[in-house]
This record gives sequence, structure tokens and C-alpha cells, in this order.
Amino acid sequence: MVNEFTPKIVQVDEYRFKVPREGNMRVDGIIYANDKIIRDIKDDQSLQQVANVATLPGIVKASLAMPDIHEGYGFPIGGVAAFDETGVISPGGVGYDINCGVRVIRSNLRREEVSGLMRELVNTLFDNIPTGVGSHRKDLKLSIHELESLLKSGARWAVSKGYGWQKDIDHIEEGGCIKGADPAEVSQRALERGRAQVGTLGSGNHFVEVDLISEVYDEELAGGLGLEQGGIAIQVHTGSRGLGYQVCDDFIGVMIAAARKYGIELADRQLCCAPLDSEEGRRYFAAMACAANFAFANRQMITHWVRESFSSVLGKSPEKLGLDLIYDVCHNIAKFEDHMVNGRQKRLCIHRKGATRALPPGHPQTPEAYKTIGQPVLIPGDMGRNSYVLVGTEAAGAETFASSCHGAGRLMSRSRASKTVGGKNIVKAMQDLGVIVKASGWRTLAEEIPEAYKDVTEVVDVVHNAGIARKVVQLKPLGVIKG
Amino acid sequence: MKTLTDKRYTLIEHTADLAYVAYGKDVEELFENAAYALFDVYTDLSRVKESIERPICIQIETDRTKTDIDYEQLLVRWLNELLYLNEVEDLLFKRFKVKGFSTGELRASAYGEKFSSGRHVILTPLKAVTYHRIEVVKGPNRWHARVIVDL
Repeated sequence: MVNEFTPKIVQVDEYRFKVPREGNMRVDGIIYANDKIIRDIKDDQSLQQVANVATLPGIVKASLAMPDIHEGYGFPIGGVAAFDETGVISPGGVGYDINCGVRVIRSNLRREEVSGLMRELVNTLFDNIPTGVGSHRKDLKLSIHELESLLKSGARWAVSKGYGWQKDIDHIEEGGCIKGADPAEVSQRALERGRAQVGTLGSGNHFVEVDLISEVYDEELAGGLGLEQGGIAIQVHTGSRGLGYQVCDDFIGVMIAAARKYGIELADRQLCCAPLDSEEGRRYFAAMACAANFAFANRQMITHWVRESFSSVLGKSPEKLGLDLIYDVCHNIAKFEDHMVNGRQKRLCIHRKGATRALPPGHPQTPEAYKTIGQPVLIPGDMGRNSYVLVGTEAAGAETFASSCHGAGRLMSRSRASKTVGGKNIVKAMQDLGVIVKASGWRTLAEEIPEAYKDVTEVVDVVHNAGIARKVVQLKPLGVIKG
Repeated sequence: MKTLTDKRYTLIEHTADLAYVAYGKDVEELFENAAYALFDVYTDLSRVKESIERPICIQIETDRTKTDIDYEQLLVRWLNELLYLNEVEDLLFKRFKVKGFSTGELRASAYGEKFSSGRHVILTPLKAVTYHRIEVVKGPNRWHARVIVDL
């Protein structure tokens, strides 16, 4: 171990905590949290992980963590780290589910119009969107050549094949396509895993959810996003599936050897990395970008099936129903972005491991539609309680490389959640809460009960109060499909 | 009744993911039991037959200055190989036989059958075996390994 000390914590203000630089740390750690969150994480390894990330070469400003911080692999979940041209890129800073992310689709529908149809909507979504292990659309089998163009162009590929609308592209982080993706760097094994899983939701915490806009915190911002109280929106949460896991696993092997080759001392094997300016670093980026594009395409195809499902149940076209994509964000990613550091603009490689980009109003990369209000930040909650839509702020731009939190994090292990459920009928219990749920596996449902998660409201309140994102609306689930 | 030394693995309480400790009288048995644990969590093994043998060879890049076997890396690669075969070839495994190790290599066979949706069940879907806190230790009486799986 490089860091053999117990990291200290110094409270800076109500919502900012510093892990002061010591030992081999090159920069401080900064955690956005409240007293309770700090108390909660003292029992796991996440503080040590914030300190470990701070030892990596070329890290700029600070090793950051968001209030949904918890123990991850190498990097903490909720971690954000930026590296300059002397720095590194690390598969552990992105994770196994590369570009796991979420999108929100608005509608012209009001609650009254769907309340009698929710079961039919959920069943139709479940029939149209492959969920759970081994499930895929019978009408979809890509050739390796097709898959390669998907990996290069992401959501753009999907739109060109008729999945969704041209205008969707302007409402996706990076336009739904990370440049520099090179399928030649993706192993045959990863390609094989990806081919069978294009356009599938997967299992675990991935979902499609029909939501009620249950609260509006800022009318003007909500109006700017096309959301209003009592309206209906849809969330899609999934990632790059087996292709992403395989890319991560393949490159951890490469990076363990690379770290040795370039003399990078590692506090934890899962932090393995290579210089950005090295063959291994460039190869990982090119492969990771493919996996990220796979995830963008995946969410885009699922969006198309969401529109078809709503259209068939409600008997109106998706255009008439106003099923416009609000935005799509990555939760697990490494990307090159321009940010101000000590008054100068710098090109940085930002790792977000369970964190969301949150660009302020007016930023050159903030999408045109949101130039005056800031980029939408989408924070899914558990299947029984709230999710949130926020927007990025000036403070995020100045302090966190325009980053914010990503979700709730688990409170109970899966086995404890299953035990808590016992013989209870969860579908029935959720229905009593006003949520229609359909899942392919009983065990998944038991493991995903709301009580197994922290309440995302606390996490969202910290980023809002700290000023690194602004709350716009709250969403409450009405119908959920899961793997 | 199973005694402690017969036990193949124990689950460890882990909030976000799946963690377990596998045991073995030697390192070969340790690798076999670590693989068994993975599939025992994933599916109901009592419904799986041993009709297919799948030979597996894992090779890793090694530090040429060292002759020690990197058991940790081999273990992660071995388990991820099995998850890969499960996903791409739809195979469920219930028995494993490790044939031998060398510095950068593991040779083994896995026995099981193809997934059949009427007969088999998936209990807990698994994403990937991680290097996080991975540990392979030779104790006084037996070997043990700690494994954390991303779910």
C-alpha cells in the first residue's frame, strides 16, 4: 500500500469536507456531504479511496467525491478526478458498466390520462423492451460490421437506422457519440458479448420507469425543460452491458502491466492505469469510447420502443404525445473536456465514476436548448420513491469540473434485502404504494426494494444546498419494468 | 453434516455487491471452489447436469523478473472467463477441475450444460469479478481467497 495512514477529515463548511494532502497524495480530497453522510462512510473504505486517487500522477486540483459516495473498486463510487496531459487514464475510474447512464423523456400527457392504463403501459413496455438475463429482440441480430459502425457512432447509428429522431442527438451528452472510438481496440470477446445484447435493458438496478412530475421547485427552469406539475415523464437507466464489462476486464489486465512498465506506484491494484500519452492509455480510451457509444445506442433504441409502446397504448403518434428526449447523461465515463484551472482553460481527462456532468448556463458545451438554464442533471432514485431532475450551475463549473451526484447507493446488501422481503408479495406491496411493477426475475425485485436504498433526496439536497446543481422537479414512479 | 473444513465457500455481507471467501485444501481446489461459489449464487445447481466438458486455458502477462505465480490475477481471470462462457455460449457449470498452474498460466476444465429456460433458473445476475480487495492466501491448514463481484 502506498497510503499507510488513516485519512483525516476537516470540515470546510456545512456541505464541504476536506481530506488534507499527506503522504503520497498529490492534491487534497474534497467530499460534498453532510455530517450524517460523513459518519456513514467512516465504516467503509471510501475515504481511503479518495486519498488513493489523489496519489495518481497528473491529478489536477483535488480528488473529488459527491454525496452519494460509497466504497467502489479502486475509485470510490461518486468520485470525480481530472488529469492533465502529464496524467493517467484508469479503467477503475470508469468502472465495469461503462457509460451506465440515464435519460429522461417528457410527454404532453397528464396523470389523469394514463392512470387507468398504467398496467397496460407496463405490460407493453415489458413486451417491447428485452429485460433480464439472456433476453433480446428476435428481430435484431447485428453483423460484426454493423456492430462496428454502432461502436463508432453511438446514438447517431441508432437514429440512422430509424430508432428515434434526429433532434434526439442534440439532447445527449457528447451528441450521443464519443469521438475517438476504435472498434479495432475492442476484443473479439467483447464484440461477441455486445452483439447479442444490443437494445437490451439488462438486470439489477437497470429499469424503465413511467413517472409523475410530483413537485416543481422552479417553474421557470421546469418550463425550460418542458416539464410541469402533474405531467408524465419516462426514465431509461441502463449501460453498455457485457461489452462494457469485457472492455473493462480486458484493460485491467493491460493496465496492471502498464503501471509496472511506466513505474506508477499503485495504492490498490484496481487503480491500475497508464499515462494518457502512452500506447496503452490511447488504446483503452479508444475501446472505452466504443463501449460508451454502445450504451448511448442502447438507450436510444430503448427510447424508440418506449415511444412505440406509448403510441400503441394511447392510440396517438409519439410526436402528438410530445415524447421528446429531455437529456441523456453518463454516470460512468472518462472524457476529454475543457475546464478552467487557476484562471486558465485546460484540456483535461475527467473520470466520473458514479457522477454526472453538470454544465452551467452559458458554457460552450451546454446544449443549445439549455444555454440559458444549464445542462439537465438526471438523478434516478429507487423504484418506490423519488427521482430528480436538476440543472448545472456556475459553482459546479468553478469547483467540480462541472460535476454533480448520480444517485442513491445501496443501504442493504442484496441478501439482506431478500431476507427482509421473506415471503411478502412485492408486486402487491408496490401496488399498494401506487406503483405497478413488472420484472423478469423475482429475486431482482426482492433485492431492489426501496428500503434497500438510501433516500436519494438527501443526496440531492446536499448538491443543491452546496450549489453544484439546482433542483428543478421531483419525479415519482407510477410504473416500472426491471430485469 | 458438513464440517468447517468441508465448506467450499462463505458469503460475506457486502452492501453494494457480492463478496465471498472460498476455501481449498490446495490452490487447485481453492480455484475450483471459487468457481463453484460463483455458479451456486447465480443459479440453482441442483437442476444443472454435467453433460459438457469445456477445457479452459488462462494466460496472463507476467513480470519477467519474478517467478512467483500471480494467483490473484489468475483467479480473477479464471472466474471472468467462466462468466464470459456463460454469457456468450449460454453455459451453466457445476463442477470444475484445475489441471495445473505455471507462472503465467492456468489449465482447467469446467463441466455443465447449456442453459434451458424451462428447466434452469437465474437467481442473481453477475456483471464481473473485480480485483477489489482480492486475496489468495495459503494458511496453515488450507488456502482461502476473498472475491468481490460487481452486480
